[in-house]
Amino acid sequence: MPQPVLDSASRSATSSHRILSYVDAVREATDLEMACDPAVIVFGLDVDDPKAIQGTVRGLLEKYGPERVFGTPLSEDAMTGTAVGMALAGLRPIHVHIRMDFLMLAMNQLVNVAAKCRYMYGGQVHVPLVVRAMIGKSWGQGAQHSQGLHSFFMHVPGLKVVAPSTPYDAKGCLSAAVRDDDPVIYVEHRLLHFQSGPVPPERYQVWPGKARITAKGNDLTIVGISYMQIECLRAQRLLARIGIHAEVIDPIWLSPLDIDTIAASVEKTGRLLVVDNGWTNCGAAAEIVAQIGEKLAPLRDLRLKRMGFAPVTCPTTPALEELFYPNARTIAAQARNLVEGAETGWLPEIPEELQTTAFKGPF
Amino acid sequence: MGVCEALEPGDVVFGYYRCHALYLAKGGDLRALVAELFGKATGCTKGKGGSMHLIDARRGVMGASAIVGTTIANAVGYAYAQKYCRRPNIVACFFGDGATEEGVFAESLNFAVLKKLPILFVCENNFYAIHTHQNKRQGLPDIRARAQAFGMRAERLDGNDIFELCRCSADAVRSIRAGQGPRFLEVTTYRWREHVGPGCDYHLGYRSEAEAQPWQDADPLRRLARLIDDQHRREMENEVEQEIADAFAFAEQSEFPSATELYTDVFKEEAHAAAGA
Ligand SMILES: Cc1ncc(C[n+]2csc(CCOP(=O)(O)OP(=O)(O)O)c2C)c(N)n1
Ligand SMILES: [Mg+2]
Repeated sequence: MPQPVLDSASRSATSSHRILSYVDAVREATDLEMACDPAVIVFGLDVDDPKAIQGTVRGLLEKYGPERVFGTPLSEDAMTGTAVGMALAGLRPIHVHIRMDFLMLAMNQLVNVAAKCRYMYGGQVHVPLVVRAMIGKSWGQGAQHSQGLHSFFMHVPGLKVVAPSTPYDAKGCLSAAVRDDDPVIYVEHRLLHFQSGPVPPERYQVWPGKARITAKGNDLTIVGISYMQIECLRAQRLLARIGIHAEVIDPIWLSPLDIDTIAASVEKTGRLLVVDNGWTNCGAAAEIVAQIGEKLAPLRDLRLKRMGFAPVTCPTTPALEELFYPNARTIAAQARNLVEGAETGWLPEIPEELQTTAFKGPF
Repeated sequence: MGVCEALEPGDVVFGYYRCHALYLAKGGDLRALVAELFGKATGCTKGKGGSMHLIDARRGVMGASAIVGTTIANAVGYAYAQKYCRRPNIVACFFGDGATEEGVFAESLNFAVLKKLPILFVCENNFYAIHTHQNKRQGLPDIRARAQAFGMRAERLDGNDIFELCRCSADAVRSIRAGQGPRFLEVTTYRWREHVGPGCDYHLGYRSEAEAQPWQDADPLRRLARLIDDQHRREMENEVEQEIADAFAFAEQSEFPSATELYTDVFKEEAHAAAGA
């Protein structure tokens, strides 16, 4: 059983002492939504296969039957269009993709149709669709199985985007996404699946547009998106050892984005580091930094910094992959540079208790 | 193997992530393949693409995609260019049964027939996409019939019969080269191991050992081996074992790419461009 890495963060969000994995949190949210609303159905490639999407849909086929839980042909474009049609007819489909990269085949339906319907038809129809999409990492995933493309969807009015990092938020956000009357892109990261943390057994929602402060501090603000939230919290502990106290924020919902919580923090710290599980160029980090600049630059001195994937295609060789992703060490180093206003050359070692060992691969 | 036997060195193949055999059959280098799996700088993509994206452009292996179905259209485009440039070479395109469910399959076949392109479509039908049987994914599992419906000649054959495969491929290639437009082979085969990785997966329960057994009994390699006399076969086996051992030693001894490699090949590099000009 993997050890909870994020326990302090999500424990502040809940008084529950029941520990659940991220996988089980997703599964439970789906189960509860299906139980209380027959309009909720789940489908996607391999949804009905023995691995049950890493276990996130385990048991649902047996419980709800093949009309509500089914695998699809390899037809992302058509199945997305089909999902839009179902949603127009009043169903609440959850369409599952084991890689976010596959959403590129569904772009027309998502961007030109799902996102547009409510507005383009003057509010006569709406599309309560949830698209679950997983970001991969390592074990040979490489160029086409590891992309974090959430910013593509943030760009488009009419789509909501959420990227929960804890089991608590995984459950609450999925429930909220299903209840939402508009299309939601629900971003998971395969390494987050191995996290565990407190999750209350009852049904609850973590609604759009509220960020969570996951660590308190006054020296700088670090925003960590999706899996990078884990690395940021590890960096926060590395920084604390040298007396730098970072405030760490998990935006959770990327669109709509709760910029006010981030702004309030940066107003206090004056320094913002945004770490994304994606590229920085026109990315989620760029958007957050831009909004903070617009809001606060007139009011106070600011130091702003983005981190994300190296601006290249993800290489498979571990020698280069290691350099491709931000990690706790490089995040801590950037944070210190930001606080001191200069290159310090400091790159901390990771002490044993901060190493992540939950997942030994392969996928 | 059987299809590549019918191709000329100047012909081009497009593959998909299950591309190791195709890469070798079309003349790819075993050392560069194993080094690639090790993530070494001497790998065929310098360690950057990995197992699913093998390429050897010099040998006409034009790459492989991990997004199912995508190279079908790329192969069609390459075939268009071959015809446009009046080149004598043809294109062969490989994909699985699952890929025939993607929209790009239908769209590509239609265009290839419309333009009478010099392309051989080869569907490796192993009856499964990951753990899901064809019958659970396709209303009409007869892939050959679907290809025929686009207006091209299509055949279905036993991929474990290497001689039949060679014969059909040679026949199809001849007609394509003669300018008669695309042809389609649905080649039945079977995946012995799990979808990804070296293990068995019978414990998952989606297929049985009994189902796999006849395929393993009909292993084309063993059938072929039985046709060769003992001594000759042993010599060949030794040679191959040697080659494999050499490739692994090569891969292990090779260096990982240096950190600066992370940023190369994003675009054409100025230094290279200057040198090449
Ligand atoms: C567009 C797309 N959708 C889904 C996947 C996930 N996926 C990887 S392999 C595979 C099965 C493909 O089956 P098939 O085409 O029959 O090839 P096989 O693996 O059997 O050789 C699937 C669904 C993918 N890689 N790309
Ligand atoms: Mg198959």
